[in-house]
Amino acid sequence: MIRFEHVFKRYPERGEALSDIGFEMSPGEMVFLTGHSGAGKSTLLRLIGLLERPSRGKIFVNGRNLASMPRRQIPFHRRQVGMIFQDHRLLPDRSVFDNVALPLVVMGLGHKEIGRRVRAALDQVGLLKRERATPVALSGGEQQRVGIARAVVARPPVLLADEPTGNLDPDLSREIFVLFERFHYVGVTLLIATHDLNLVSSMRHRTITLDEGRVVDDSGDW
Amino acid sequence: MANKRAVRNRSPRLLDRPGIWFNHHLQSIIATLGRLMDTPLPTGMTIAVIGISLSLPASLYVMTENLRTMAGGWDQSAAVSLFLKLETSDKDAEKVAARLRAWPEISQVHLIKRDQALAEFRALGGFEEALEQLKSNPLPVVLAIYPNHFNASPENLERLRIRLLNLPESDFARMDTLWLKRFQAILDLVQSASMLLGGLLGLGVLLIVGNTIRLEILNRRIEIEIMELVGATHAFIRRPFLYTGAWYGLLGGLTAWLLVSIAVLLLQRPVSRLATLYRSEFDLSGLGLSATGVILGGSILLGLIGSWVAVNRHLETSELS
Ligand SMILES: Nc1ncnc2c1ncn2[C@@H]1O[C@H](COP(=O)(O)OP(=O)(O)OP(=O)(O)O)[C@@H](O)[C@H]1O
Ligand SMILES: [Mg+2]
Repeated sequence: MIRFEHVFKRYPERGEALSDIGFEMSPGEMVFLTGHSGAGKSTLLRLIGLLERPSRGKIFVNGRNLASMPRRQIPFHRRQVGMIFQDHRLLPDRSVFDNVALPLVVMGLGHKEIGRRVRAALDQVGLLKRERATPVALSGGEQQRVGIARAVVARPPVLLADEPTGNLDPDLSREIFVLFERFHYVGVTLLIATHDLNLVSSMRHRTITLDEGRVVDDSGDW
Repeated sequence: MANKRAVRNRSPRLLDRPGIWFNHHLQSIIATLGRLMDTPLPTGMTIAVIGISLSLPASLYVMTENLRTMAGGWDQSAAVSLFLKLETSDKDAEKVAARLRAWPEISQVHLIKRDQALAEFRALGGFEEALEQLKSNPLPVVLAIYPNHFNASPENLERLRIRLLNLPESDFARMDTLWLKRFQAILDLVQSASMLLGGLLGLGVLLIVGNTIRLEILNRRIEIEIMELVGATHAFIRRPFLYTGAWYGLLGGLTAWLLVSIAVLLLQRPVSRLATLYRSEFDLSGLGLSATGVILGGSILLGLIGSWVAVNRHLETSELS
C-alpha cells in the first residue's frame, strides 16, 4: 500500500532530514513510527500526503508513484490519504459538523450524502451529540476526535496520524489508539507517528523507529 | 485494479451530475454575496471606489455622445451661402434657385434678394452713412442652400460647394463647416482620452479588487490550507473568490451606472433650459443599453481577473501545492 525506495529529504538550511528510507506497508497494516524529536517522523508523513516532495527516491502509495504525479492530481491523492495532526487543524469558527464535512464538500457531494456520512463518522468517534458545537467548546480529546472523524469521513484507504495524542493524558490517549485499532480492523492502512512508547509496546503492532533520518529498527509484522 | 476503481468512484466527476454541480455554484454565488454583506462597511467602501473610478470614463463617454448628437443637429442646419455675381438679377436668381432645388443633394434653397439683404444689413445698424454714399446696392443675391442632411458629411459638403462654385452665375460660396470639423475632431480626441482614462481606471479597479481579495485570502489562509490538506482542487478554492470578485465588479459597475444616471438627471433641466435659449430642443441622454452592458460586463470581467490573479498568486506560493 505504501512503499519507500531509497527516499532522501534534504532541507537547504539543515541538511538531510531523511536518508535512504526504505520500507513497505501492506494494505490494512497498522504501523507505529517512533524516534527522538527531530528524527524525521513528521517529514516522512508529509511526504506520503504530498505536502512535500522527496529530494530523491520513490514513494508509492496505492500503486502510484508520487514522484511522477502531476500537480493537479495532488488533491485527488490527498482524498485517498486521511491526515490527523497533533494540533488538530480544525476551523475554530465552524461547527463540528462543518469541520468534519469539509472533505466531502470539497469532493462536491450532495447535501443528503454529506449529512449521512458526517453523522456516521461522528458516531464512530462518539461525538454525534456535539455536531453543533464549535471546536473551542470542546476538550482536547474531543477536538482530536473531531480531527479523526474528518480524516475518515471520506473513507480513505490510508490514514496518517502525526502525534495524535501528544497533548492528551494516558487514558484519553489509549481511547484514541483503540479508535485507530477499530479502523485497522475494517481494513484501513494506518501509519501513526508517536512518542508514546508505553502505548506502542502495549499494542503490539509493527513499529518503525527513526534516528537521525534513518530507519534503525523495523520490528516487522506481528 | 480494484483500488483504481475505488479511486474513480471517490473522485467526483462533477459534470456527470449537472444538478449538483449547478447547485454548488448557485450556493457559492449566494454565499459569497452573504459574506460581503456581513461586512457592509469595507465592502461598501470597495464598491464605492470601484464605482467612482468607473463613473469617470463613463460620464466622459456620456458627455461626448451628447455633444455628438448636438453637433449632429448643427450638421443639418449647416448651409452653404452661395453669393451670385452682382449683375445677376433677382429674376435670374429665382431661375438658378429653381434649378438647384432639383439637385438630389440639396433639400432647400432660400433666396435672399438684393433689397432684402440691404435692408437686413441696414437693420444691423452702424453702416447708414456708408450706405448713403453708395449709389447702387453693393450686395449680391445670396442663396442659402441647405444640403440634404443624409449625406452631409464634410467631404460631401465640400464637393457640393465646388459644384455650386462652378455655376456660371456664382461668385463665391462660403461654408461654415470648418468649426464643425474642428469640433468633431475635438470630440474624437476627448473620446480617445476617455478610452485611455477608462483603461487606466480599469487597471485601477483590477488592482483594487486584486488587493481586496488578497486581504480576504490572507484572512482565510488557514481555512485554505486545511482545504488543501483534505483534497480541495485549486478550482474549488478559487471559486468563492472569483464570485466575490465578480460581485465587486457587478456592484461597482452598478454604482458607476447609478452615479452617471443621477448626474444626467440633475443636468437634464439646466441643459434643456440652455437649449431653449438657443431656440432648440435638446434632451440629455444617459447611458444607453449597450453602454450599460459594456460597463457592467467590463467591471465584472475586471473583478474576475483581479481575483483570479490574487488567488493564483497565493496558490502558487503555497507550500502545499
Ligand atoms: N520545513 C523545514 N525546513 C527545514 N528543516 C525542516 C523542515 N521541516 C523539518 N525540518 C527539519 O527536519 C528534521 C526532522 O523534522 P521532523 O519534524 O520530521 O521531526 P520529528 O521526528 O517529527 O520530530 P518531533 O518528534 O519533534 O515532531 C528536524 O531537524 C527539522 O528541523
Ligand atoms: Mg513531528
